[in-house]
Amino acid sequence: VLHTTRPLHTTQQSLAPVPPLPEKGGEVRHGLIPEEFFQFLYPKTGVTGPYMLGTGLLLYLLSKEIYVVNHETAAAACILTVLVYAIKKFGPNVADFADKLNEEKMASALAMKNDTIQTLQTAIEEEKKEQWRAEGRSYLFDARRNNIAMLLEANYRERLLMVYNEVKKRLDYQVALQNLKRQKEQDHMIQWVEKSVVQSITPQQQKESIAKCILDLKALSKSAHAAV
Amino acid sequence: GPLSERPLMEVRLGELHTWISTCSFSPRGLLGAVQRAWSSYCAKYIHVRQGGPAGISMLLAGYCLLSYGWNYQHFSKTSYFRNS
Repeated sequence: VLHTTRPLHTTQQSLAPVPPLPEKGGEVRHGLIPEEFFQFLYPKTGVTGPYMLGTGLLLYLLSKEIYVVNHETAAAACILTVLVYAIKKFGPNVADFADKLNEEKMASALAMKNDTIQTLQTAIEEEKKEQWRAEGRSYLFDARRNNIAMLLEANYRERLLMVYNEVKKRLDYQVALQNLKRQKEQDHMIQWVEKSVVQSITPQQQKESIAKCILDLKALSKSAHAAV
Repeated sequence: GPLSERPLMEVRLGELHTWISTCSFSPRGLLGAVQRAWSSYCAKYIHVRQGGPAGISMLLAGYCLLSYGWNYQHFSKTSYFRNS
């Protein structure tokens, strides 16, 4: 429930833009009496009517002692003289100063408004540019997709190579193992055979073999001499 | 427009008593009337681009008159031309 005493949004008016101030205020004659009073009395009494009214009123107040003349009257008279003189003399200067202040305020506000408008304009242009840029996003995605595919491919091939190397290493190991085993078996067998043969040669057999070798050599040398 | 919604300046002398009978004399009504009078005075004489001495001088004159009225007893007693 909204507790308001003022109806909301009943007219088309809104608070902004604020209507500008009027240039001049209401007309006032002699600084004290609004012009409307003179206009009010003009049809009946003409131009001098209000002045006659004022004079008569003043005399009536004085004579009936409704307005009492005392020392304050003199003081008021002096003050009023000084005031009127000061206003007549320094009025335009003060008015110009105030106008200048107003001008500065207006200029700064206007500058701010223009700056904001400019900023917003540039923002609009930037936005349009961004929109144009966003149209090329399909190319961007294609390039990215290609990049990623290449990365994946490279990674896959790298791993493939690794697998191949590992498998080859294991197979080489097995091959080398078998070769080593056969080598060792061969060497062992050869050594064993040599050892058993050397053991089986008795001294008698050694002498007989040496003699046979010498005979063979002699026969050979004879055949060689014959050949030459 | 209708009588009750016209401002005081546009009411003719003959219709004055009817106009007074239509305005509300509750505190809120009086306060609203005072506020409206003050804001219309301000809008006419003070919130302008080139105001003169008229705006404040009328207020000061009114203040002078009011204070004279309030102190009338004192003035009449201490007058130099007392008859009593």
